[in-house]
Amino acid sequence: MKNTAVLITSEKLNLQDCYDFVQDDACGGIALFVGTVRNSTKNKEVSLLDFSAYEPMALKEMQKIADLALTKFQIHKIAIHHAVGELQIGDIPVIIAVSSAHRKAAFEACEFAIDTLKETVPIWKKEHFNDGEVWVNSHP
Amino acid sequence: MKIQLLFFGIATDLVGENSIFYELNSAEIVLALKKELLIRYPKLKNIEEFAIAVNEEYAEDDLVLKENDVVAIIPPVSGG
Repeated sequence: MKNTAVLITSEKLNLQDCYDFVQDDACGGIALFVGTVRNSTKNKEVSLLDFSAYEPMALKEMQKIADLALTKFQIHKIAIHHAVGELQIGDIPVIIAVSSAHRKAAFEACEFAIDTLKETVPIWKKEHFNDGEVWVNSHP
Repeated sequence: MKIQLLFFGIATDLVGENSIFYELNSAEIVLALKKELLIRYPKLKNIEEFAIAVNEEYAEDDLVLKENDVVAIIPPVSGG
């Protein structure tokens, strides 16, 4: 039985899919992290975000995170889904779902997964403003 | 020998390419390629730093490149 699910899609992410994947009768809890597009950055109004990925490598790196989370924490299953393309304010670029027998492991694995994703997975976002656009993290 | 170079994120905009074939000396290491790229594409200096991935895996500076390697320029990532 597969305990990890990683996905990159240009479709709208589905919270229920992530929940259903990790749901397990042996689990006492499920932790979900849902990333959402914020309406401003550094006090500047954001109109939309454009996500792009080096998809085959990004999937490999997401799989590494999922596999590592399974070995580091006492968890049953983990799903990591990421969206690409143009996302509007309030849309969901990332979902991480983790199930475990006891809640602490699920919380810790969830935080580990999103923190690591933000450091290693080759996905980039461009912030669009009314007066221009900026690649996030890319400038000195 | 020939390798394929892939550019992502801000690097695509700075270089004006997604993908090119690139000729380099045999047995060149990643660090030497990085230096060559900064000379060929001085605008890459506008990025704080960039990593290199070879065949879809992050590569250390001393990795020796081979014919037909797919080498990606990875600017600071910003997923999530």
